[in-house]
Amino acid sequence: MHYLLGLALLLLQAVPLEAGEIKDATGRTIVVPGRVERVMAAGPNAAVVLYVLAPQKMVGWPSAPRPNEREFILPAARDLPELGRLTGRGDTANVEVILKAKPDLVFDFGSVSPTYASLAERVQEQTGLPYLLIDGRLERTAASLGMLGTALGIPERARAIARYVVETEATLDTGLQDLPESARRRVYLARQPNGLETGLTGSINTEIIERAGGINVAQRAAGRGGIANVSIEQVVAWAPDTIITWDANFFASYASDPVWATVPAVANKRVYLAPRLPFGWIDAPPSINRIIGLRWIAGLLYPDRFPEDIRTTARTFIKLFYQADVDEAQLDRIMAGAQPGERRR
Amino acid sequence: MTRSVIALLLVALAAVLVLALAVGPFPLSATDVLRAAGRLVGIDGGSATSGEIVLLRVRMPRVAAAALVGAALAGAGTAYQTLFRNPLVSPDILGVATGAGLGAVVGILLSLPVVGIQGLAFLLGLGTVALVYLISVALRGHDRTLVLVLSGVVVGALAGACISLVKILADPYDQLPAITFWLLGSLAGVKLGDLGVVAPLVLAGLVPLVALRWRIGVLSLGDDEARALGVDVPRLRIVVIAAATLMTASVVAISGVIGWIGLMIPHIARMMVGPNFNRLLPAAMLLGASFMLLVDTLARTLARIETPLGILTAVLGAPFFLWLLARGRKTWG
Repeated sequence: MHYLLGLALLLLQAVPLEAGEIKDATGRTIVVPGRVERVMAAGPNAAVVLYVLAPQKMVGWPSAPRPNEREFILPAARDLPELGRLTGRGDTANVEVILKAKPDLVFDFGSVSPTYASLAERVQEQTGLPYLLIDGRLERTAASLGMLGTALGIPERARAIARYVVETEATLDTGLQDLPESARRRVYLARQPNGLETGLTGSINTEIIERAGGINVAQRAAGRGGIANVSIEQVVAWAPDTIITWDANFFASYASDPVWATVPAVANKRVYLAPRLPFGWIDAPPSINRIIGLRWIAGLLYPDRFPEDIRTTARTFIKLFYQADVDEAQLDRIMAGAQPGERRR
Repeated sequence: MTRSVIALLLVALAAVLVLALAVGPFPLSATDVLRAAGRLVGIDGGSATSGEIVLLRVRMPRVAAAALVGAALAGAGTAYQTLFRNPLVSPDILGVATGAGLGAVVGILLSLPVVGIQGLAFLLGLGTVALVYLISVALRGHDRTLVLVLSGVVVGALAGACISLVKILADPYDQLPAITFWLLGSLAGVKLGDLGVVAPLVLAGLVPLVALRWRIGVLSLGDDEARALGVDVPRLRIVVIAAATLMTASVVAISGVIGWIGLMIPHIARMMVGPNFNRLLPAAMLLGASFMLLVDTLARTLARIETPLGILTAVLGAPFFLWLLARGRKTWG
């Protein structure tokens, strides 16, 4: 584990540090001003990363924090204006408003496919702002954080966050090492008030569950996994032993439904509500906010292998990532429904 | 002749019903089926098995809902086509489905529970048509029908724009996919309780259509002829629109937007039994029920995930409809 950690940190430092020029994840060379003080996140994924790494450098949010999220966000950042998204597709940002905010740099965190690379190129041409595209895949998180640390001029902070990510991955790998296939938990992700929307294997929506050692019962048939609707009969046939939901309506109503009661997860009281304050634990957005979700799910699925107290872990994570000190009452609110044997509020 | 066609359609519906009940991802044993049948006639076989619950609480409500939705959409389409004397009219011509869609997406945006989403869809479906009707009355054009249809197009476009606006405001991770799926139609979430509410509403819409079937049939001759035969045309028009809208709005609230059925099924029925509304209505409703059942059975068995109904009705319906048209039979008048 320490060997892995050392290796990863070595990799982080190996990112080229040529002054003023940065090669982003698509291989484009971007000229970045010497001092980057004002940064715009192109979309919600990037906004979480930017808030974690350098809240003092944010010029705004793609979509402003909602009232129930504000208390967990630093005062200086939570009142920043809403600027919309600027990723080259489905944009809501007004380019003139963006230019008026005078960012030194724009970056997005997510897919680095040729489509997104060309979209980034177009935005850069139109706005004249350096636009970095950072690889947002879960397994590339540590390296991507390193690259951003260089680009934003905050290598120390990026290293501290990356270290937490690498440690989490190492903890998972160690804990799951000799887990026999037969002991793996079968998990269903329930979305929407009726619980019948789910993410297929390999989708960005269930990635965390799979990385934490769970088997996603909704196996994709072909192509890339995405969001799909399923019938309750299919869920009964899959017989998942654990259900993770992030819909409070579903969490409040499934117990009174006789059909859901035939699902083993419901019969064994293994239905958990994914926290989403201030950012989601397994998705919403699919960014580095999900790192805590890895530890949470691993602990839910295999408590013997991951005995750590998730409340303590959550508090540490929120302090390190979001710079917020949460008290017991706030933690209760964040984690309502997320723990086994908990009194329902 | 037409009697035998209707009898044939009844038999077809029964066959499709049995087929739809028999297939699904959960394997049913003969015992499950017998025990479930026993429970239906009042023999309590002890605590229910999963198979029994699947059959009684999942498949039966869903199969019944599919038949109900198909029959209601086809019936409403038949009423509209006869009323407007136009084969291109579908139940959505006055904006009921678009309005219901708007209600549902607003419900999803507000994170309402399922009942709230369905209720809003139903109310806005009815509300949209009421608005269209009031506008057409206020405008008082020469051609009442034209003004009515144009108002429907305008209000429908407005509701469509509002749906797009809601999509922009919606949470992209959570609400946007739900909105997309809802607008494509699905019966995956139908419960027994939904049927208890929707079936009476559909029936309430159907009763006036059946009771007034002769007069509605006379409407197809033209307003002047109908008036000459002593039919109060404006009043009848309100009744037909209200009844067809009620039927459509109540099923759309549980199924989401499903296109094609209301347009295509009345045509096919007309090819079978002719334009007489008296025979057309039952034929179209039986045919609509069977078609919807087949489509929904495909939707839940093609893959482990649900295929949206709107996609299937179009993919299956469009070529079939073209083929029928290519056969070149005169279908109207």
